[in-house]
Amino acid sequence: MSTGYAKEFKENSGRMSQDLTHRAVIKKALNAYEVKRDENRSKYLDWQEARQAAAEIKWEAVNHLDRYLLEMTEKLEARGTKVFWASNAEEARNYVINLSQEKKVQSIIKSKTMTSEEIHLNSALEKLGYDVIESDLGEYIVQLNEEAPYHLVFPAMHLTRGQIKEIFKKKLGSNTSDQPEELTMVARDIMRQKYLTADMGISGANFGVAETGMISITENEGNARLTTSFPKIHVALMGIEKVLPKLGDLALFLPLLATAGGGQQITCYNTMIGGPRLNDEVDGPEEFHLVLIDNRRTELLSDAEQRDALHCIRCAACLNVCPIFKSSGGHSYGTTYQGPIGSVITPHLRGLQDWKHLSLASSLCASCTDVCPVKIDIHHHLLHNRRNAVSQSPVWWEKIAFIGFTFATAIPALFQLSIKIARLLQPLHGLIKGSLIDPARAWTQTRDLPEIPAKSFRQQWKERK
Amino acid sequence: MNDSKDLILRRIREALKSPAPVPGGHDYSHAETTPTRPKPDLGSFRQFLPEVENDFNSQWSLLSKNFTALKTDFGLLDSKEELTRFVQELQRTENWKRIGYHRGGLTTPIIDSIQTEKVCVNDPYDCQDLEKCDVGISECDAIVAQTGSILITARSAGGRGLSALPPHHLILARTSQMVSDLPAAYDLLYQRYGQSYPSMISFITGPSRTGDIERIVVLGAHGPKKLTVAILKD
Ligand code: SF4
Repeated sequence: MSTGYAKEFKENSGRMSQDLTHRAVIKKALNAYEVKRDENRSKYLDWQEARQAAAEIKWEAVNHLDRYLLEMTEKLEARGTKVFWASNAEEARNYVINLSQEKKVQSIIKSKTMTSEEIHLNSALEKLGYDVIESDLGEYIVQLNEEAPYHLVFPAMHLTRGQIKEIFKKKLGSNTSDQPEELTMVARDIMRQKYLTADMGISGANFGVAETGMISITENEGNARLTTSFPKIHVALMGIEKVLPKLGDLALFLPLLATAGGGQQITCYNTMIGGPRLNDEVDGPEEFHLVLIDNRRTELLSDAEQRDALHCIRCAACLNVCPIFKSSGGHSYGTTYQGPIGSVITPHLRGLQDWKHLSLASSLCASCTDVCPVKIDIHHHLLHNRRNAVSQSPVWWEKIAFIGFTFATAIPALFQLSIKIARLLQPLHGLIKGSLIDPARAWTQTRDLPEIPAKSFRQQWKERK
Repeated sequence: MNDSKDLILRRIREALKSPAPVPGGHDYSHAETTPTRPKPDLGSFRQFLPEVENDFNSQWSLLSKNFTALKTDFGLLDSKEELTRFVQELQRTENWKRIGYHRGGLTTPIIDSIQTEKVCVNDPYDCQDLEKCDVGISECDAIVAQTGSILITARSAGGRGLSALPPHHLILARTSQMVSDLPAAYDLLYQRYGQSYPSMISFITGPSRTGDIERIVVLGAHGPKKLTVAILKD
């Protein structure tokens, strides 16, 4: 039977797919993205070869992960970075909390990091009385609105300017029009002093670089640059799978991420950070801490069949083309990572039986696999999850049903007989269709079964001969 | 605090005992578990990234096109005098009352010619003073024609804050600093800094922007609202 998570998903996605306003908002946002994405993709001499090369580089990194992580961390440590390896969310949270206590931190400014959402860092810090503020505009809006990011890359994509104006009015007391420029300037003005007065800046990392010991941060707003420039302590959170072998690999990955993720040729700022401020430099944090997070990524790593899911660069291109995402909406998933890739990896990160329903919520159209810039075999992995879920814990009535079906189809006479019975019984089904006593209720509630034809193929064949 | 380095490395090594297939070609045929093609690297990226011609004129016209599309202001100046006049003109029209800058071959003489309050980041500076600057003036490492990006480092552009905090970032550069594409920019980083990298390297592509409200582009989200590149012919 379905778990609590599955029930919630069903209810929420059911409700959202009937919400036409939501659909219009998402459609409008994504149409503009698609036009820009196609325009920039067409500038590549060969987009398919670019994807293939990216997939091969990620394969090399992920399949020699121990070696590249060691290379990266040794280089970082040699230049004054403190590296912390966290095996789970709790260890990662505790490290940041202890550090904040030890350094007498009061206020913390953050730039966008999904890994922080994954380990629920904000609520843990806030509970202890720290002032934590998200500086990315979209993240700030959803933080004020007390909800989770709606989308990996566009966190506030589901909100209209009118709604955002209301949120700002309610939470900040600001009295602006609903013009995006004005709303953006409200956030800009609030944030500027925060960058300069915060004791700690927390960022994510889009890539790690083994060869030179660096992290790379991709952004458009400049909030990550400011977050990593002024606070005395910079803490970066990074999933262990983010490492690339060479610095030069970024010459491919930076444009690839921008094109797939935002329809841009390259984003506004792409910043590589290799440590705290050096002796001959004029500014920058005194301390740089890198928290490397496993949190069951090694579980996914041990599944060789789905290992390529760790190639993901979180561009969200697969969300943007997914019919399920577009109609269910990002919040229905109830996961940190939404959309097709979320459906693939969440069962590994949080338990297959609790999250297998996400792999069933797919039309298997394979649009996700087509657009993925690192060629993850996303839609096949949805099938792999389905298969694994059933073989791990088979559903008894499905098993019986399939034994019966196999039996009936193997004996022609029996098969014909059951068709005849079904034809007789079908009109009666109308009486209970979709009601509580209908065994096929999950289907028949919203769908009609085609009428069984008066004559089977077999009969027609015989008559024509 | 003790961390889980050994535990994580052990888990990784255990997991990698079963090999994973190498990404296949267009048909997703996953068969081999050892790569058969040479590893893709910086040199091979040009086979598929957006193309850039080899001569100066086509690179310059591509760069101008990118600058215009990205709303980056730019000027091509024939001499140091013209460059100085370009900056002075900007100061007059924008009425700069306070200038942030770092000392450098291009910046120092020009800044010296301007009479106004100044914050030099080479001396210990207060970030609140930098915040009150109308402009941050810096040099750079390279200009990338392919993407319209400016490559800066903490060493070439006066640290981390100067190019991110003031509302206007003005970059002084030379035409000889133009490189064709991103692979060339990374080659330059290897050659220039291979022995010791600055703690911060950044590609700046246009003024700060956001699309977080209904995917409508707004300039000047958190970083500079305006980006100007003044390029001296050499
Ligand atoms: S799975 Fe591919 S398309 Fe989806 S977010 Fe990851 S990299 Fe992007």
